[in-house]
Amino acid sequence: MKVAPETLAELRYFQDEYVAAIDDDRLEEWPAFFLEDALYEIIPRENEAMGLPAPLLRCENAAMMRDRVASLRHANIFEQPSYRHFLSAMIVTGEDAAGIRLRTNYCVLNTNIEGSTSVYQTGIYLDLVRRTDAGWRFAAKRVIYDTSRVQTLLAYPI
Amino acid sequence: MDAPSPAGLDFPRSDGSRVPYGVFDSPEIYALEQERIFRGPTWSFLGLEAEIPKPGDFKRTYVGETPVVMTRDQDGNLAAWVNRCAHRGATICRVNRGNALNHTCVYHQWNYSAKGDLQGVPFRRGQKDMTGMPADFNPKNHGLRRLRVTGYRGLVFASFSESAGTLEEYIGPEMLRYVDRIFNRPIEYLGCTRQYSKSNWKLYLENVKDPYHASLLHLFHTTFNILRVGMQAHSQTDATGLHNIVLVVKNAEDNSEAYKAQNIRSYQDGFRLEDPSVLDMVPEYAELSTNHIQPVFPQLVIQQIHNTLVARQLIAKSHDEFELVFHFFGYADDPPKLRAMRIKQANLVGAAGYISMEDTEATELVQRGIRGAGDAHSILEMSRAAPDETQTMISESMVRKFWVGYAKLMGFAA
Repeated sequence: MKVAPETLAELRYFQDEYVAAIDDDRLEEWPAFFLEDALYEIIPRENEAMGLPAPLLRCENAAMMRDRVASLRHANIFEQPSYRHFLSAMIVTGEDAAGIRLRTNYCVLNTNIEGSTSVYQTGIYLDLVRRTDAGWRFAAKRVIYDTSRVQTLLAYPI
Repeated sequence: MDAPSPAGLDFPRSDGSRVPYGVFDSPEIYALEQERIFRGPTWSFLGLEAEIPKPGDFKRTYVGETPVVMTRDQDGNLAAWVNRCAHRGATICRVNRGNALNHTCVYHQWNYSAKGDLQGVPFRRGQKDMTGMPADFNPKNHGLRRLRVTGYRGLVFASFSESAGTLEEYIGPEMLRYVDRIFNRPIEYLGCTRQYSKSNWKLYLENVKDPYHASLLHLFHTTFNILRVGMQAHSQTDATGLHNIVLVVKNAEDNSEAYKAQNIRSYQDGFRLEDPSVLDMVPEYAELSTNHIQPVFPQLVIQQIHNTLVARQLIAKSHDEFELVFHFFGYADDPPKLRAMRIKQANLVGAAGYISMEDTEATELVQRGIRGAGDAHSILEMSRAAPDETQTMISESMVRKFWVGYAKLMGFAA
């Protein structure tokens, strides 16, 4: 897929800004990476492979993402995660009127309160990104995870 | 026939109100549970029939720690066998799901039917001048270890025990009524999610039998001022103490206005959901309920929360680890809108669930907290003076009854 090098550089930086906001615990900024009607879902690869829809988490618009953040901040109880995201192999898989489609590997390491670091989750992002007046935004972000056994719980987005 | 409990593991009281912490932290107890519970006179949930709809379909799973494959033979009948070659013990089925009318062990290519019968042994009759298997080798005697299997309204259960009664007898008519409530017509399998916890499997059973923690640990409803008007708990335990139901139902005298009022949200204290559709509810049972939580000992919890339907499979992995598999489903005749709502409401439950993510956090806190606790024990006193009270959430009665049933099944002096 032929995409201008400058555009690719912008998109890589957009992805980096996205994961940095999560890793730095700036969750309140997380929904703003999305268009208002964007889909964000986290779904195990085994379901995706069989065409089954059951998600681990699914926000059908940015309002649901803001609700998730409010719940994490004020309602839910969990050990504070300390994520580090690592992205690789960002591939452009399509471009049309809806935007640019990207497929990117991710790995999330987590460090617990005792100080041990382990692989929390690996998988791919399947993204649809669109350029707006305010910059790039996700029109859809589907997180397809390999690590089917979710250790303890998933609170923060990936 | 009470056997002495392993050292330091006596239940100090016969009513289940004191539970020695060693029961959650002992490899010795865990090994005994494999024998007396999972390979004993119980029926374990393996999965849903809808996961393996066609002849030859199979899924790898577990009964306790024993690896098991559930499958359908060429006539479509359910079968289950231990995933261990009759020859030298190698794992036969090496993929999670698939379709095959026969299974071959890769080690020496012994071949089995979907039912687990031995069909072929390479070089059985030798080769050229070499001898093969002895003349008295009879493949009929060397099939896979098969389990008794029963499909019940779309649920698949298996038992190692020849002496256990039928599945229907095991669950009993009182509890079957509630199984039937959810499994009242053909279902559609929507997929599964898995959660892994570093804690003992019985801590999870305690959790689902304990409505006392619900409003205290799970603060989602309270934080967002989501009022629940006219709802009432109904809890019931079977005679063994092992199975139970917690139903949060609408009062019979309430009218539909009160049902709508359940969705009233208070704005006075600041927090509210921008998109409360995640809590919408389409009434779909004669007995209207927001929550149906039904543990069927030892491996199943049937769950309806709003319109999400899940068969939770509880798999013990070691004395201090378990896995939960959340099998999501809907009904085969769901209109698209209701199907979409069930998928959206997956947000409420499971490893990332608004009203459930804390459960494994709590069981892990216990597991860490009891390390080195020797023969110390927990205290289960809530509502002990009213053992027959069934309409309160503030109760540990079902947990106590569970421990009485558990001690009996394990042959421990309670």
